[in-house]
Amino acid sequence: MAQQTLRQKLEILADAAKYDASCASSGTARKNSLGGKGVGSTEGMGICHAYAPDGRCISLLKILLTNHCIFDCHYCINRKSSNVARARFTPQEVVDLTLSFYRRNYIEGLFLSSGIVKSANHTMDQLVEVARILREEHDFRGYIHLKTIPEADAEIIHQAGLYADRVSINVELPTDSGLTRLAPDKNARQIEGAMGRTKARIIEAKDERKRFRNAPRFAPAGQSTQMIVGADDANDTAIIGRASTLYTAFGLRRVYYSAFSPIPDASAVLPLKRPPLLREHRLYQSDWLMRFYGFAPQEVAQAAEADGNLPLDIDPKLAWALKFREHFPVDVNRAPKEMLLRVPGLGTKAVARILAVRRHRRLRLDDVARLTASIAKVRPFVCTIDWRPTLLTDRADLRGLLTPKSEQLELF
Amino acid sequence: MTAMQNVSLGAHYAVHLPAPDDFAFWRERARGLLQCDVPPDRVSWIEPGGTGDLFASEGPSRSEKRLPAPPADAPPVRASKRFLDLARRAAQHSDPARFGLLYRVLWRLQRQPRLMEDKADPEVRRIEELAKAVRRDAHKMHAFVRFREVAEEDGTPHFIAWFEPDHHIVRAEAGFFMRRFANMRWSILTPRGSIHWDGEAMREGPPARRSDASAGDPVEDLWRSYYAAIFNPARLKVSAMLSEMPRKYWKNLPEAELIPQLIAGAQAREAAMVKAGAREERARPATLVEIAQGIAACRDCPIADCGTRAVAGEGATGAALMIVGEQPGDREDVAARPFVGPAGQLLDEHLQAAGIDRSAAYVTNAVKHFKFAWKGKHRVHQSPTAKEIDTCRWWLESERALVRPRLVLALGTSAARGLLGRTVSVTRERGRAIPLDDGTELWVTVHPSYLLRLDGAARDAQAALFAADLAAVRERLREV
Repeated sequence: MAQQTLRQKLEILADAAKYDASCASSGTARKNSLGGKGVGSTEGMGICHAYAPDGRCISLLKILLTNHCIFDCHYCINRKSSNVARARFTPQEVVDLTLSFYRRNYIEGLFLSSGIVKSANHTMDQLVEVARILREEHDFRGYIHLKTIPEADAEIIHQAGLYADRVSINVELPTDSGLTRLAPDKNARQIEGAMGRTKARIIEAKDERKRFRNAPRFAPAGQSTQMIVGADDANDTAIIGRASTLYTAFGLRRVYYSAFSPIPDASAVLPLKRPPLLREHRLYQSDWLMRFYGFAPQEVAQAAEADGNLPLDIDPKLAWALKFREHFPVDVNRAPKEMLLRVPGLGTKAVARILAVRRHRRLRLDDVARLTASIAKVRPFVCTIDWRPTLLTDRADLRGLLTPKSEQLELF
Repeated sequence: MTAMQNVSLGAHYAVHLPAPDDFAFWRERARGLLQCDVPPDRVSWIEPGGTGDLFASEGPSRSEKRLPAPPADAPPVRASKRFLDLARRAAQHSDPARFGLLYRVLWRLQRQPRLMEDKADPEVRRIEELAKAVRRDAHKMHAFVRFREVAEEDGTPHFIAWFEPDHHIVRAEAGFFMRRFANMRWSILTPRGSIHWDGEAMREGPPARRSDASAGDPVEDLWRSYYAAIFNPARLKVSAMLSEMPRKYWKNLPEAELIPQLIAGAQAREAAMVKAGAREERARPATLVEIAQGIAACRDCPIADCGTRAVAGEGATGAALMIVGEQPGDREDVAARPFVGPAGQLLDEHLQAAGIDRSAAYVTNAVKHFKFAWKGKHRVHQSPTAKEIDTCRWWLESERALVRPRLVLALGTSAARGLLGRTVSVTRERGRAIPLDDGTELWVTVHPSYLLRLDGAARDAQAALFAADLAAVRERLREV
């Protein structure tokens, strides 16, 4: 076979990496290149440098070091038995690509993952080597996200956390049985063990930095994970439950959901019916309800329908409100913050604004309208000094009134 | 001396700002006017190049002179920190009415010190909207500036970008690029002014034109390749992209020229992916004869293209036992029947010894075509790949759905993979039942050809194990 050019390798290894959902570059320690020798800064807020037509942001150079893999996970395009083109970068090639993209302001940094070659330890060593060259030889101060391999030695994973802003380990599937069936080489306990160790290291490093100003940072942007939705038969309730366990047990910054999408050369074991992309969106919404709106996992689960899945036509917060109408309408002039956060159509910012205004005067419906994106959605669930939704919450067809009308796509 | 003494009644004042983003200048003038008690409707704020005010006297110098001097005992002007933060941002907006709005709110703030907390007030809301638009524009500048590398005469690289912001943000955002690219020499050229950094100091320049920026950088080709490859055609969401990367930015983004063709090709690419694996969509065959015809015509994997014939299973629907081998061999391909070669003969001997009636069982293979390589005049068996077994699995599942055996016996790893969809170790799994998805029991043992490859004591030992496995299956068959 002819020698692959850098461009061909980039095409293969970026294509292989696109099924990883995370592209976050936010929430890490602040740093910049003033007084250094290289380039790079992170200022808290993540930056999306481009958007692909799939609506996903491109913040990091997201590639695999290699897509050769000794594992045979059915949902993965890079599994051993897949018939895709294979390629392999040297660590130096990845470093050069990262820097030349970064200098042109195309990216915030690097998200590096890899298929498993030779052994988990060998692969992890190579990933860490890329991060080491970037940080030590080029004084790179941009964002680095390293995917870690749970089967690798704890010592190598520790090294990864010292160079990277974020580390992640994918739990892959929401249920153990799904993992056994679709990822026969992986082990749920091993994955959780590695996440637990990472959590301990992160806490330890934070604690040390409180006492010693120059103690090394360990993955200041925390750890995250990813679950594939729709490849096994776990319903939304099971997924939400699993996610909330992960948040509490391992202190994760984020759980990413990736709707299983058809891949080239798919394994015959997989369901080919792909889940609607909207399902992934509803799961993210429920994730937000738990993280920012004070919903308990079981409350989100209450919003689900009889089959344990969230409704697709309306968002989970509205679904919850329609099921528990006895809590509404909420008086925006009196209700506590927790109740305001439960009103469909009121986001965290709108609630903060309402609370601020309330200190000065009582709100009318017009005032609420100025503070929110859509008053039509909010109106049936609130009362103000000049508005009371008489009997509206008792209407049987309320759901139909609030469900967004489906609209036909236009030619692009 | 009172404030009003310096102000002529009914007079209009025009303040000419030296630069559209000069917040400090506005702040100073606004403070003076407030101390003289000049109400908001008597002041016009004029940007460079902006039209003058009909009611105010013309010309910057004269109207400047006419601004009243604040009295010495005037009370200090107060504003909340929240107002200052917002006003600094909002002042960069390109709305010509912004300075007037800021002055109006500052005027009201003197009487209502907590005005800024009233987020439902239309003017407070407007300032917040302006500030938000500016913040977004700044954020988009951080994101969408694209540098091109140019070699200077002394050989050092110079990174030059052309950007078109909506608001007057260029000077304010210089710090971001300085902190990020502290050790690079770079310039950002915009129609609202330019900034240059040489690694040590920042320099401001006049507005530039697009043609002042260099064209072309070979790295852009690599970036475009990356952009095309990272896009997942199975999840086209154009509106999500447009809301974050509106078309107005496209002309300065090297990757954006690919967008139309990526979108146009997406549906075809996804359809091809689904079609390549879309056998769930095909109707399952209704009879064993349909399966025999189907596998003869099947070209889903390359084995089928070797000029061999498909070997269908043998037996009747309703058979209690289904025996699955790996794939037809040379002899099976010739005879078009499963297990008739040397391995088949050995299997027959063992089945007979174990008391299992082959003619009552359904016998088939995980892969339906013979995969081989030529070695001289002989066709030598080649193991099917996992992918090929998985592809053929659809046929095996169809057979199982029709035959509905109570027990399945897999001979060897390939057969086990064909039934389970994953590779298992025979030595670890043999001798016990593995439930399949529908509850049917699967028993796994070695393939008889394995015994043929052994000699002496090893062969005897393995043959005994094989016999024991078959005996266990026979016992289990009586129970299930």
